[in-house]
Amino acid sequence: MIEEWVVGTLSRTLAYGTPLLLATLGEIYSERSGVLNLGVEGMMILGAVSAFATAFITGNPWLGMLVAGLAGGLASLVHGFVSITLRANQVVSGLALTMLGLGLSGLFGKGFEGKPLDSTITNVTVPVLKDIPYLGDILFVDQSPIVYIAIALTPIMSFILFHTSLGITIRSVGENPSAADSSGINVWLVRYLCVLTGGILSGLAGGYLSIAYRPAWTQGMTSGMGWLVIALTIFASWNPSRGLLGAFFFGALMHLSFRLQPWVAPELLKMMPYGSAILALVIISLGTLKKSMGAPNALQQPYIRGEK
Amino acid sequence: MKDRLPFKITKRKNPSGFAVITVSFLALLGAFIVASIVFWAYGANPIQAYKALFSGAFGGLYEISETVRRATPLLLAGIGLVIAFKAKFWNIGAEGQLLLGAIAASWVALFSPVPGPLMIPAMFFFGFLAGAAWGLIPAFLKSKLGINDVITTLMMNYIAINLVLFLVQGPWKGEQQWGFPYTDKFPASAQLPTIGNTNVHWTTVLVGVIAAFAVYFIINRTTPGFEIKVLGSNPAAGRFAGMSYVKTTLFVMTISGGLAGMAGVGEVAGIHHMLRNPSELSLGYGYTAIIVAWLARKNPIAVILTSLFFGAIFAGGDAIKVSLGLPFQITDVFNGLILFFLIGSELLMSYKIEWRQS
Repeated sequence: MIEEWVVGTLSRTLAYGTPLLLATLGEIYSERSGVLNLGVEGMMILGAVSAFATAFITGNPWLGMLVAGLAGGLASLVHGFVSITLRANQVVSGLALTMLGLGLSGLFGKGFEGKPLDSTITNVTVPVLKDIPYLGDILFVDQSPIVYIAIALTPIMSFILFHTSLGITIRSVGENPSAADSSGINVWLVRYLCVLTGGILSGLAGGYLSIAYRPAWTQGMTSGMGWLVIALTIFASWNPSRGLLGAFFFGALMHLSFRLQPWVAPELLKMMPYGSAILALVIISLGTLKKSMGAPNALQQPYIRGEK
Repeated sequence: MKDRLPFKITKRKNPSGFAVITVSFLALLGAFIVASIVFWAYGANPIQAYKALFSGAFGGLYEISETVRRATPLLLAGIGLVIAFKAKFWNIGAEGQLLLGAIAASWVALFSPVPGPLMIPAMFFFGFLAGAAWGLIPAFLKSKLGINDVITTLMMNYIAINLVLFLVQGPWKGEQQWGFPYTDKFPASAQLPTIGNTNVHWTTVLVGVIAAFAVYFIINRTTPGFEIKVLGSNPAAGRFAGMSYVKTTLFVMTISGGLAGMAGVGEVAGIHHMLRNPSELSLGYGYTAIIVAWLARKNPIAVILTSLFFGAIFAGGDAIKVSLGLPFQITDVFNGLILFFLIGSELLMSYKIEWRQS
């Protein structure tokens, strides 16, 4: 009985942590290049609504995911243009993106609210592996293929960031853009591409929510997940592998806030992930990584050639 | 090539008042042009939409009163954000601080032993305290532990929303409300007077205007205000001069959170007369207040004007919703676009165009 409950919880934890993981991986790249993008919530919700609309109209959920990625990417370029090219304040630009995303998704999603989706990305059960005791039930029974994509993306993005010249380029742009510039790196291009990567992944995270996790569109359905991603990025010290741990930890909390409802008032449970995010930041700030917590040096600083 | 142009573009250190106003105006215009594309894409005639927006905000006395009603919480919360942004504290939590003010006011109205005549002052007092307390948590975490203020203030918003929901669906659920998630109605002594048949609770407006001048005075004429400006623009210099970053941050967020809390008091005491679903108590006033403060260029007195501007967008947005069948999120679209254009155009202000003499 208790075993079943734990296995079930862990299995759903993966499903809940996946959108957090996708978006966190993207935000890590964006911030590693020096651009804070607080628009994750907005990009996710745009991804969610465009994925649902596409899948609803065309009947092809994978096309929906593609459009979700494009929508998120396009939205992130607005933030890129304002904060990289126009050198505006990154905090405010990201907030603007979230407002715009919530507004546009509410506007254009109005007609899709409450509609059933026939063509969804269905969950899979992996043969053979499903028979591994416990682990099989947790990892390989009734999971969305997107869960595996997100998990597989983590080591790849970690490897690129820490073990390839592309990764060194990204990190140097985020640490010391003028030094990167004088060594021939196109700072603006790198930043744009990293912001775009973040946008695409946030869009996909939203698409997963509306056509795979719980196929439906409701306005505001991301309900603050985008902001948890910003906290997770810090919590992960801008490291994809730690991002995975954090994402699934918060996935577990979000899932438990449903699971524990028979015993505790749902409103109190829903505070849990947000309160835990604050608590997690307190704990790491007390730890060894004090002060900067390992943030990229040039985070939030627009780059102007010729100025230090 | 460059010399043949009839003008030359030079950089300047401090933009003139004229440049600030011109560029802000152009930014708003730009946002409205892009918004009209959104209208058009939605299948609504943009010209008709703007007509409906304008007449919904200014078309008559009632419409104007609706604009003022929406501007009231934006005024109080916006002034609070001005002082926070002056100190470079990213208070994105006015929404939650507002809700805490509403909770405190509801407690005073429904459960406290405060006698009738003292009810209204007590509601504002406890509303201020509750908003301030909610704002002080992130202030403490930032100034003592270096924890990112954007995230903590935002997380506190979500906690506040769920706290209100918990109260109205659980312990504070009203007995006379037929199972709806509201508290009981406030006694008459806890309801703010309004002007005529309008929803303008003038007490809160008055508190807001006084707060605007008070905060202006604090920032420009007092020692703590001076410290706020120094620590906000050059923290290292401030610390070197012996100023306390922790003390200043706590002071700033007491005022910032407190004013947002009073905005929440006004909404429950002046409009709803009960605590209810957060999405009905606040239409995202705490977030819109960020743009109100930004458009006011961090001048507390200018907030009186900018809050009216966004009050008009809320009131006009209500009108469009009814006449053109657009969902209420249209105000979010306006807000996002305006904010983008405002910050995107700031670069323009630091350049000036000089016409060449022919």
